[in-house]
Formats: sequence, C-alpha cells, structure tokens
Amino acid sequence: MDLTTVWFLLIAVLFTGYFILEGFDFGVGALLPVLGRDDRERRVMINTIGPVWDGNEVWLITAGGAMFAAFPEWYATLFSGFYLPLLLILLALIIRGVAFEYRHKRPEPTWKRRWDTAITIGSITPAILWGIAFANILRGVPLDADHEYTGGLLDLLHPYALLGGLTTAALFLTHGALFTALKTTGDIRHRATTLATRLGTAAALLTIPFLTWTLTIRTSPLATALAATATLTLLAALAATHARREGWAFTGTATTIALTVATLFAALFPNVLPSTTDPAGTLTTTNAASTPYTLEIMTWVAAIFTPVVLAYQGWTYWVFRRRIGTHHIPTH
Amino acid sequence: MDALDVARWQFGVTTVYHFLFVPLTIGLSVLVAILQTLWHRTGNDRYLTLTKFYGKLFLINFAMGIVTGIVQEFQFGMNWSDYSRFVGDIFGAPLAIEALVAFFLESTFLGLWIFGWDRLPKRIHLATIWAAALGSTFSAYFILAANSWMQNPVGYRINPDTGRAELTDFVAVLTNKVALITFPHTIAGCFLVAGSLIVAVALFHLIRNPHHHDTPTYRFAARFGAWTTLAATAGVLITGDIQGKIMTDVQPMKMAAAEGLYTTETPAAFSVLTIGTLDGSRELYALKIPYLLSFLGTGDPHGTVQGINDLQAQYTAQYGPGSYTPIIPVTYWSFRMMIGFGLAAAAIALWVLWAHRKGRTPTGKWLLRAGLVMPLLPLAANSFGWIFTEMGRQPWIVFGEMLTRDGVSRSVSLTEVLTSFTAFTLVYATLAVIEVRLLIRYAKAGLPDTTHDPTPHDHTDDPDRPLAFAY
Repeated sequence: MDLTTVWFLLIAVLFTGYFILEGFDFGVGALLPVLGRDDRERRVMINTIGPVWDGNEVWLITAGGAMFAAFPEWYATLFSGFYLPLLLILLALIIRGVAFEYRHKRPEPTWKRRWDTAITIGSITPAILWGIAFANILRGVPLDADHEYTGGLLDLLHPYALLGGLTTAALFLTHGALFTALKTTGDIRHRATTLATRLGTAAALLTIPFLTWTLTIRTSPLATALAATATLTLLAALAATHARREGWAFTGTATTIALTVATLFAALFPNVLPSTTDPAGTLTTTNAASTPYTLEIMTWVAAIFTPVVLAYQGWTYWVFRRRIGTHHIPTH
Repeated sequence: MDALDVARWQFGVTTVYHFLFVPLTIGLSVLVAILQTLWHRTGNDRYLTLTKFYGKLFLINFAMGIVTGIVQEFQFGMNWSDYSRFVGDIFGAPLAIEALVAFFLESTFLGLWIFGWDRLPKRIHLATIWAAALGSTFSAYFILAANSWMQNPVGYRINPDTGRAELTDFVAVLTNKVALITFPHTIAGCFLVAGSLIVAVALFHLIRNPHHHDTPTYRFAARFGAWTTLAATAGVLITGDIQGKIMTDVQPMKMAAAEGLYTTETPAAFSVLTIGTLDGSRELYALKIPYLLSFLGTGDPHGTVQGINDLQAQYTAQYGPGSYTPIIPVTYWSFRMMIGFGLAAAAIALWVLWAHRKGRTPTGKWLLRAGLVMPLLPLAANSFGWIFTEMGRQPWIVFGEMLTRDGVSRSVSLTEVLTSFTAFTLVYATLAVIEVRLLIRYAKAGLPDTTHDPTPHDHTDDPDRPLAFAY
C-alpha cells in the first residue's frame, strides 16, 4: 500500500480514536447540568472522566500533528479555512480543561456553578462544531487553484453541515450518558440509562439521514457498507440501552461513532479536501502529502509507539475501572 | 495594521503566555518526583507532605500549560498556513512525534498519578510521576528541535518544482547543534523557575511563622529550592555560553543585534550598556568590556565578531535588497533582561542559603520581599529569552529561507485574526488572574495534613471507601 494511503488511514484512525474517547467525555461534560442534580452528583460525573479526559484530548493533538507532518497542504488549508469554527473549538477546550482542574479548588457554590457552566459549554460546543467541520470536509469547500480557501464563515454553515453538527452532538451525548451509566452507581446510573434511551432515539433520527445524505454527496461501495453497518450498530445500541445492558450499549455507540467517521473517510478517499469551485484546488492524498522520506520516518515512529500508547492508555482504563457513587466522593 | 502584524502579535502573546506555565510544569514535575522518591526511600513523612503540597501547585499550573499548548499547535495552520505549506515536510514530523511520544506519556501518567494514590502500589505510583516528568522533558526536546530548524535549517533541500523545503536527513534535524544546546539551556531555565517557586513558598511560611511545627519541613524546602536554583543557574550559564558561540557561528546577525555591534570588530568588546539612535542604525554611547564579546562569541579573546552593518551589506548581496536587521533595541534589551533577571534569582537563592547557615531560620522583611519576587525573575528571564531568540531571527521565519511576512495565511482576513487575538488575549488574561489567585491561596494554606491520607502503601480493597483524590 502506498504510504500516502497508510497515512490517510492513520489519520482516520486517530480521529476515530479521538471521537470515541473524547466523545464520551464531551457527553459527560455536556450532560453535567442534566444528570447531576447536586454538587455531589456532578462531582461523581466529573470523576468518571477525571483520570482520562486529558489523555483523550491528546488524540486530537496527535491527529493535528500527524496531519501537519503527513499532509501539510491539508493541514494548512483546513486550519486557515475553518478559522472561526476552530477558534471556537480551541476556546471551548481551554475553558473546559481548566474548569475540570479548578472547579473543586474553592468551596463557594458560585465558583463551582461558573466552572460547571464552562464545562457544559466547553463540551457541547466542540461536540457540534466537529460535526460541522467534518461535514464540510466531506462535501468540500470553495478552494482556488493554490488550495486557498476562498469562502467565508457562512459557506461552512449549510444544512448538511448543520445536520452533521447535530449528529455528532447527539451521538456524543448518548455515548456520554451511557458512559455515565456504565461508571456510576445509584440514582445517577438509572437516570443516565433512561436519558440514554431518549438521546439514542434522537441520535438515530439524526445519524441515519446524515449518513444517507453523505452517500448522496460522495460515495463508494465501502462507504455504503460502513454506513449501513453504522445504522445497524446504532439500532443495536438502542436496543441494548433499552434492555439496560450498559456495557453492550456503550460498545454499540463506540462502534457507531467509529463507523460514522470511517464512512466519512471512506467516502472522501482519495480526496482529503475537495474543492467546490476550482477543481484544480481539490486536495488529495497525493497532492497534499509530504515526501516519501518523511512519511517513511513517520511510519516507523507510529509503528513503534502506537502500540505502547494503546497499552498504557488501556491500562489506565483498567486501573480506574470501578464504578463511582456519591459515597465515594470525599467531603473536602 | 494588517493581518500580518496581528498574527505576529498573537504568536508572541500566546507563546510567551504558554511558556509561563511550561517551565514550571517541566521543572516541578521532576522536583515533585524527587520529593516523592525521597519519601519512598526514607519513609519520612516530611517528603510525602512536600510532595502533596508542591504537587497541588504543580497541578494548578499544569492545567494552564496543557490547554494553552493546543493553541500553539493549531496556530501554525490557522495564522501561518503558507509557512506550514513551506515547512510541513520537516516541521510537522517533530510536532507529531511530540504528541505521540511525549504528550500521551505526560497526560496519561499524570492522570494515573493524580488519581492513583490509593489505586496503585507504592512503587508503580512513584513510577507514574517519573513517566509524566519524562514526557514533559521529551516534549521540550521535540519542540525545540522544530524551533531550532527555523533558527538553523539543516537536513533539507528546496524542491525546485514546488519551491518547498523537503526533508533529506531527519537525524540531522534531531541533532541540529542549535537544538542540542537549546534543549539543556531551556531545561535549566525550567529548573530556575521551579526552584524559585519552591523557595518563595517555603520562605513565606518560614518568615511569617517561624515557630510553627512545620518549620523544619519548610527549612528543607527552602534549601532544596535554593540549591536547585543555583544548580540551574550554573546550567543556564554554561549552556548559554556554548549557545552564544553557536549563535555567532550560525546566526551572526542575532549575536550582533544582541550586542548592538554595528561594525565588525577584532577583537570585539562586550557592551554592558549601549544607547543607539532610535532607528537602530548607529550607536551614540557605549560602556564596554574589552575582548569579552570576542571570547563569548568565538572562545578566543582576539576573535572577530561581525557587525550589523557589515552583515546587512552581506545579506543584501546574498538575498537581494531589503532589511535583514532585527529590531535592535528589542534584541539588545531582551538579551540583557534575560541574563539580568536570571542572575537576580540566583543572587536571592544565595541570600536564602546564607540566611539558613548553621541551622538558622531566616528572618527579615527584605528577605521575605525578595523571596516573594523571586519566582517572577526567572519567568521574566525565560520570556525575554524567547523574545530575544525569536525577534533576533527576524525578518526570517526560517533563517535564510523564508521571510516572516511570506509565511502568513493569505486566506485569513484582518477581522478574523483580530477576533482570535482579542479572544485569546481576554481569555488568557482572565485565566491568568484566576490561576495566580489559586496558586497564592493554596501556597498560603500551607502544608497539608497527610497523617490520615491514604498512601499507595495502605492498599485496602473496600469498594465503598472514598476516593483518595477527587475533582
């Protein structure tokens, strides 16, 4: 396989990992005011993701770095073209990350309430904006022959992209509710499962039309197969949620997120950012890529370190596998 | 004002701000790891208390370092997309490796350290803080390798068809002589900050409340921090000296600008103070130490150091008409501020050690004041060091290959850059106030009572026991 294809796949894998992992911590953060009825319950929720959210976010940093190294043209065009949405994502991630660390540092309820708001806004904003961004990548954006973005902010906010934003938000909220159900005990666990059923229904009502619409814009036999499987796993996740099988349901949403991202990348290939105006502007795995030498070095580094990273991240989830309830939260 | 100016200001502000937190993260992670190792080896609870106390300050700071770091990575694509296109083949690789090899290690193991006090065996728990510290240090190496390539591009060729820089030798990029010396210099600067913070906090409690039962612990901390600061100062000076020689070799204009040396001199004198014309083309008055600059720049008191005007003429001949001179007052003064602030911190560290001699406990409001100012000095030194190194490279973004003005994003409007600049500055300013207040609050609160805390040693399996650490 061509190294450019390998790197296209690796970047797809990195974003898939990012959306599965940060997807649930976005969901938990966004549902904080809904599922956490008092400070103690909100602390339970935050602590379910406490040891891992930071490591989850590194998947994004790695995906960004890998894009820069393997497809600099893609990185440059995308990040300068999607300027304002990315700015909002960055601001959201900043206040959210600080909020996790700072909310328990002072006892005043006002202090905690403000950081809770920061967590909620900081979680829901990227959950929506990532969907908008990826829908735009798939559909393509106005690019000139130099691969420069020629559109404005409004060119990014068309109905398909907005549906994409709602889809990722609904998927991540469902995923987060199920993670909460999986990691907590008591009242909060029951409420999370009940909410997951409703959110999952909404997610299905958004994801299925979004995937269908995606296939009408750009498709391949593989993309069609992936989208069909994504639909099935989502329905299976819904059934498992209904049956209160939290583990299976969470596996189901994780698989659905993975397959949805995979559908987008499969439909996109071999393009990485199509141009809707000048066809010469379209970025592909070939014209956006680094030299074979750089890709070769990067492949070696990835081959050696990815298994190591997966092993210790997996171990972290094992170490913190226990469910948490309100009685586990220390008073100070 | 155009998008280029704002993009440059944004880069400067976000980078300097980010680098207020990074050195403390790198330095404190290792110092906290050392404290925990001391506890592990001796079983003395004093070290456990200090581990937890400084660990808390470390975490308050760490949160800011990580969130401001994401902006740094995305900023290249957002504001400097033409730069990213030009150097992506080379510059992207260390960034990606930094994330894969360093950030995962740092964030994952820090999560394990924070939440793992009662979940992990003692030895493994100790290993997690060392792994996190190792991750922070690795990340410094890779990002400095990337930056050093901008200072002294190596291991590449320019593709005549695309006009882009292409990697030809990755080992050369990682062993760039600028990177090899910038790395220890920067790390030493990190310990200068971390050591100073430890001193400041300990001194505050010692002088305010000398008869407290925690006094012996604070005495240890103050001396530990002061020795760290002094060792770091030695490291900064030795590496800085070597760095000066390499800089004279690969970026002679930066050395000339650092000194305000307008004409080539053999031997060259070190200027303690130079006052030049406002346009920076001529010196009006200078106080000089003979032979010193030749020695600093070349290792030989009679060596030749090239001057700004001669280099400007040489570059014009080489690269075509234009100004190849950085803003002299900025480089000249930032260079002196870097050295001056760093040495001031070392002087206070010496004073602190003197005040501790023969079992004494320090007193005196002047020492207290100096101690409280102390952490700000290396922070300022670090910031001026970066301002010097980046401004000294101007007008190049990649020395000799790409001008800064050619690296900016063409598709990004002034409004967009202004929006992000304003947004980042406001958010950063707000968070800075919050963080400093929290640091002071927790520093003032003093040593925690760890007698009832679960430690990695008492590993009970009661599933209903409260968490040792919770957000």
